Amino acid sequence: MGKVFAVLLVIITLVSVYPIIAHTWWPPPTISTTGPGVDGQMNETMIETGILFLSSQLILAGFVWAFGGRRGKIKHWPGGHKPVVAFGIIIVGLEVLSLSFVGSKVWAAMYMAAPNANAVHVDVQAEQFAFFFRYAGPDGVFGGIHPEKISDATGNYFGLDPENDVAARDDIVVGSLTIPVNTPILLTLHTKDVIHNFYVPELRIQQDIVPGLDIPLHFTATKTGRYEIVCTQLCGLGHYSMRAFLEVMSQSDYDSWLKQQSGD
Amino acid sequence: MNDASAQPEIHHLAPPHSFIRKHVFSLDHKVIGLQYYGLALAAVFIGMVLSWLMRLHLGWASLPIPGLQHFSQNGAPGGVITPEYYLSLMTMHGTIMIFFVLTNAPFSGFGNYFLPIQIGAEDMAFPRFNMMSFWTTFVAFLVLIAALFVHDGPPISGWTAYPTLSSIGKDAGPGEAMGQNLWAVSIALFCIGQLLGSLNFIATTLDLRTKGMTLARMPLSTWAWFITACIGLLAFADLLPATILLILDRTAGTSFFNPAGLVVSDTLQPHSGGSPLLWQHLFWFFGHPEVYIAIVPGLGIISHILPAFIRKPLLGGMRVMIGCMIAIGFLSYMVWGHHMFVSGMNPFSAILFSVPTLIITIPNTVAVLIWLGSIYGANLRFTSASLFCLGFISVFISGGISGFFLAQPAIDTYLHATYFVVAHFHFVMAVAAIFGIFAATYFWMPKMIGRMMNETLGKWHFWLTFIGVYCIFMPMHYLGLAGNVRRYAAFTDNFLLPLIPVHKFITVAALLTGAAQFIFLYNLFHTRWWGPKAPDNPWEATSLEWSTTSPPPFDNFGGKHPVVYQDAYEYGAEGPQDYVMQTTPGKASAT
Amino acid sequence: MASTTYPPAGPAANPGVAIPGPRAWPGARAATTPKMAATQTGMWVCVCAIFMSFAAFVSALVVREGSSTDWQHLELPRVLYFNTLVLMASSYTLEGCRRRFAIATRPDTETGGAARVSPLPWLYATIMLGGVFVTGQCLAWRTLAAHGFYLATNPSSSFFYVLTAMHGLHLLGGMAGLIYMARRLARSVTSMQASALSATAVYWHFMGLLWIFLFLVMAIRL
Repeated sequence: MGKVFAVLLVIITLVSVYPIIAHTWWPPPTISTTGPGVDGQMNETMIETGILFLSSQLILAGFVWAFGGRRGKIKHWPGGHKPVVAFGIIIVGLEVLSLSFVGSKVWAAMYMAAPNANAVHVDVQAEQFAFFFRYAGPDGVFGGIHPEKISDATGNYFGLDPENDVAARDDIVVGSLTIPVNTPILLTLHTKDVIHNFYVPELRIQQDIVPGLDIPLHFTATKTGRYEIVCTQLCGLGHYSMRAFLEVMSQSDYDSWLKQQSGD
Repeated sequence: MNDASAQPEIHHLAPPHSFIRKHVFSLDHKVIGLQYYGLALAAVFIGMVLSWLMRLHLGWASLPIPGLQHFSQNGAPGGVITPEYYLSLMTMHGTIMIFFVLTNAPFSGFGNYFLPIQIGAEDMAFPRFNMMSFWTTFVAFLVLIAALFVHDGPPISGWTAYPTLSSIGKDAGPGEAMGQNLWAVSIALFCIGQLLGSLNFIATTLDLRTKGMTLARMPLSTWAWFITACIGLLAFADLLPATILLILDRTAGTSFFNPAGLVVSDTLQPHSGGSPLLWQHLFWFFGHPEVYIAIVPGLGIISHILPAFIRKPLLGGMRVMIGCMIAIGFLSYMVWGHHMFVSGMNPFSAILFSVPTLIITIPNTVAVLIWLGSIYGANLRFTSASLFCLGFISVFISGGISGFFLAQPAIDTYLHATYFVVAHFHFVMAVAAIFGIFAATYFWMPKMIGRMMNETLGKWHFWLTFIGVYCIFMPMHYLGLAGNVRRYAAFTDNFLLPLIPVHKFITVAALLTGAAQFIFLYNLFHTRWWGPKAPDNPWEATSLEWSTTSPPPFDNFGGKHPVVYQDAYEYGAEGPQDYVMQTTPGKASAT
Repeated sequence: MASTTYPPAGPAANPGVAIPGPRAWPGARAATTPKMAATQTGMWVCVCAIFMSFAAFVSALVVREGSSTDWQHLELPRVLYFNTLVLMASSYTLEGCRRRFAIATRPDTETGGAARVSPLPWLYATIMLGGVFVTGQCLAWRTLAAHGFYLATNPSSSFFYVLTAMHGLHLLGGMAGLIYMARRLARSVTSMQASALSATAVYWHFMGLLWIFLFLVMAIRL
């Protein structure tokens, strides 16, 4: 019985670890300046926990094999509990200290650093069940948001009041987030109904969007292409289908796109 | 009875005679413990069926499930689950499992039955409160199940019920009218039941121990129940106000959680100034201790059962394991913000919360190392109970490992709300805690109903379940690494389409593992009526429950009060019998 | 080995001798049986849980006030000051009751003392004062409603109603306990009730202290 358990556990352990080592299912390559920091943290944790996982499961298997069904004089762990407890506290303690120290810097770079002064501002409105993006237009100023004017029926997703608000007249509202590559981007996230989330796996960044709050999120994309923005905070029946596209373009393509949008 | 071991006052209640008094409105902690266990058993099967429906839908989204349309015309027209019904099933699955299974069985169920016996008492300190606590929990369960049958369906906001999805009412979505109200009332009632239970556990442990039963001689399972009761006292005392405020926001027009300017279903909502984050803080201040309420009894139960099957006490004796459990309980109150790293709270708080979150891995690791170090040099016996103990150690390691990732905000920014989180909490709760319940059942069922369970069936149950749970939940880690977002009713995004085959695999594994649980159910029922009679001490164990009959008499010890002379785990003794029961007079031989 | 068993062998086994315990009113019969000890412990556990729940409400208040732009200052109705004094007086009368109970049940006065020193009137006074307090709270509600402040009018008024209602509900529970004690004492004054009375007193005094705490919070922050 013990040998069956031990062999089974070894198989389970090795089979579990294989897809990690082989990267069978893995995060997509990152396209963000802060992405490598996150990936580095993940890899570091993967190695440390991998050692913990492998060793503890294999030790369990080994001990069950060796001592299963035994009928002899009881032996005790040499040295008693003190070295074991000390090992646990010191080794895990050092591990978590180092992870915490490095990880805090990675986190701070994404969420606590001030956005670049020259960042391209995009306003984001999340709602059940779509994202909308607003650019300030040629005047460079965003019009005010008036919740009582928000109407999906008329397509006024941001509650703009162009009749009375000059700044709102040239605001560009689109359904995809189009940005230039290698340029700092600053998003201001709003929602009109429930909590949503803005998540792009390739950017290694996500942020809940909370009603009543205007939350900044900034990043710089390093590769052109089309990526998916998905909502990760349960927002209702259409949560699974709430998606927009992130289009990262070269600077010149972005400029022409913007000009074209302003012209409409 | 005037000798020092007399406890004349608890059971001045005479043994009941009517059926109602014996089996329904019973004051006997043993009956109440079995009632909680029975409630948990019913709940876990309902929760499991809900999970099958969810998994079927995730693997095969347009598959009609025959007959489901009769259960819910709106939710499953033609038998095909709608996205909102998927979310309803998911909400009910989580709520039922976490509250009515994982808090009920290991703590209220086994704790009620065995805590008084393990300390040598006749009953809990407040038998009437005990009865009230069970029936309050039962009514809470009925109220929750009622949500499945209301016209608009059960709530869709998850067991976490975040405002504003949960706090606006029906404009937010289907199920958000009466369904969410019933949910909130059910949870409020559950809190009251749990508070009464915690009250009983704490007073009983502190004041009703028999002569010779010092705190240091209490079994580790009793320690675990005591610590869990302390954690629960403060946790449920925080959740109750939160649900009251939620009910007021939903029904009385207050704005605790609802901010101004909400436009839902093209309707401007009449609230203003509230903070959705306030709910999250209140909820997770309860919610994180709650998951330790779910697992600490399991830690204690495994620590109690393992010595009997390795025939030696745990490495480090009582102090190390008790220290681990106390540290875990204490730290559990400092980490709630790790559920909220990307919630919009001040990002600096994330760093503050992640430190104790990482530190809490230490007592958990020490506990695992203690168990491993104890198996070294042991005479390991294999029974269904001991196999589930060994399995517990393995799955607890697996579940704990993913915690190292999620504890770090820099990694959580990628893994938050993905299947990596789902893998983590299912491993520690749905697998480890359930393994604890299984181990406890196989170990204690002979004592509770006086009959031995079938060991062959038990072992088959173990092997199939052990393989099955790894097949179900290990792949979820990989899905999370690939960015698979959770709480999705279907996978339509481009980056998710390649992952659907993995979901199909998981679904098949889930259905097969679920089927294997019927072996356990059959074993339970077969044992109840046809199992061979159980001796007083089938496992040659040392604690007080094994010094009385199987099942114990009404006052637990047949008119006499046990006197305790030994520590709880005197195994490995020299001589013809390798263990010394706690009631054996004299000094224990050195081990 | 240091023992914390209960009951300790020795004097406690002989019910004729009073042993002062840590949770007993000096002079009163201490908790000499496990059930009595459990009643005391249970009451303190209860107090912890109730305090925790009010701490949750108060922290919700603090957060809500901090993050809002729509907070309207609430002028607390004057009757609340009177109610506070009433509740403090009721704690005084309850202690008077306990003192007389201790005297009435002292071993040497057990037979003769009860007639001369009755705890019952003081208990009735406590219950009455409790009733006055609850009436006063209802008056406070009516005053606010007359000024147009209802449950959902403003977050400050929401918290006022929620905090006072929750405290009032718990106080009514305490009054039920006091009435139950009064009925038991009316039948006979015996030493076995010391721990029950002591536990009820702990709860009642806690209600008073809790009220003072809530009152201060509301006065400062609402």
